[in-house]
Amino acid sequence: MPDAARSEIMDAAGLNRTITRLAHEIAERNRGVENLVLLGIRTRGLPLAERLNARINDIEGQMLPLGALDVTMYRDDVYQKIKQPEVQTTEIKFNIDGKTVVIVDDVLFTGRTIRAALDAIVDFGRPMAIQLAVLVDRGHRELPIHADYVGRVVQTTAGQEVRVKVREIDEQDRVYLVEAKKER
Amino acid sequence: MEFNRKHLLGLEGFSREEIIHILDTANSFKEVLSRPIPKVPTLRGKTIVNLFFEASTRTRISFELAQKRLSADTVNFATSTSSVKKGETLRDTARNIEAMKIDMVVIRHGAAGAPLFLTQCVDASIINAGDGQHEHPTQGLLDLMTLRDKFGDLQGKKVVIVGDIAHSRVARSNIYGLQALGAQVGLCGPSTFMPYQAEHWGTEIFHSIEEAIEWSDVLNVLRIQLERQEKGLFPSTREYRRFFGVTRERLEHAKRDITILHPGPINRGVEIESELADSEFSLILDQVTNGVAVRMAALYLFSGLNKETTDA
Repeated sequence: MPDAARSEIMDAAGLNRTITRLAHEIAERNRGVENLVLLGIRTRGLPLAERLNARINDIEGQMLPLGALDVTMYRDDVYQKIKQPEVQTTEIKFNIDGKTVVIVDDVLFTGRTIRAALDAIVDFGRPMAIQLAVLVDRGHRELPIHADYVGRVVQTTAGQEVRVKVREIDEQDRVYLVEAKKER
Repeated sequence: MEFNRKHLLGLEGFSREEIIHILDTANSFKEVLSRPIPKVPTLRGKTIVNLFFEASTRTRISFELAQKRLSADTVNFATSTSSVKKGETLRDTARNIEAMKIDMVVIRHGAAGAPLFLTQCVDASIINAGDGQHEHPTQGLLDLMTLRDKFGDLQGKKVVIVGDIAHSRVARSNIYGLQALGAQVGLCGPSTFMPYQAEHWGTEIFHSIEEAIEWSDVLNVLRIQLERQEKGLFPSTREYRRFFGVTRERLEHAKRDITILHPGPINRGVEIESELADSEFSLILDQVTNGVAVRMAALYLFSGLNKETTDA
């Protein structure tokens, strides 16, 4: 994919270091990981959540329950897109009642995905608290939503796109900014 | 994948990729049904009319449940209590309903082609819930979903449809769907039940249930419509059962494991031995569960998204 103008935000090593820092922050903020569960938002929030979990295990010696969340069914813009979003499967095989849920996603932008995720989570139970971890916060929020753990804050214009590539899906680890052609 | 059909009239002409896309979507919706709160807001604000011109229990309930699970608003219409009784035409009924701002119509009708006709007189997306002897696509899809749950890939699997093929919309949707997924299809029944020029469908034809069982991995047993007996297509239910009834004894003769499907409602003791319908061979109740998930997927995928660019 030869995007004309793009600039690097993170390379593989940078992404790795950021995950490590986020894992430490999550453990510190919650004074351990006793009551935590992780929910990765499909598609790329899920592999990031898996890596965070591995890193938390390195630090705290404990793997957390990890689920996958697909929020397509909860989106408010399903009928505004040209192409119908593909519905993927949600997998939460544990009880979230009374837990502290950490939502993991790649990019925080308008906040609408997170709004949809909050709606979805409420249908599974009543967590004690919900926190949000993102790799990149690119601004331009349209809702009163903020992240508790942020990998990198990036100044962007509305026409740009932040692309996150992870080796589990894209065979490489990197994050970069492109000038997007108007396609959606 | 790019999915841009507006109506679900039948499985004829659907590609393998399209069918797999619908079935994968159905799997995601199946997960919703297992949640503490089995409801999502996906179709909030969409209005769907269920137009049932023919008796139906499970299909209608299954569609209604699917619509409610997706938070759509639904209106039900059954011929017995409607102005169709007063002689209103299908076109007028449809146009009146459309004037009330409807997004989708789910229609079951005794005449083949009624759903296609509706696409020509209204703007809404049309889902065929069974039309005459033409197709019953959501039944075909739920059969495919149930078989995929069991076998994974259907490539090369052998499925025999047993019963009154000629008059069966379920058979037709199954044949198109199974062939698109690479399964081999056989038809079994007395010659009066075989469709005109069945040999051109690319299916095996069996007039002996033993031979069919010997060949197959799956039997999809159709309901014998008892009203056909009056037309002389078969002499008696006893004779049908003797020659074509699916029984445990016949299955246990077979070399391999056989899976049984039945679209319901079952005539116990006619086309299938009563005990067998509830046995380890049968996936009949899985079919019913999958029916709701498949219909949720169909309602989502065909829900009239982006009307300007879709036209099919």
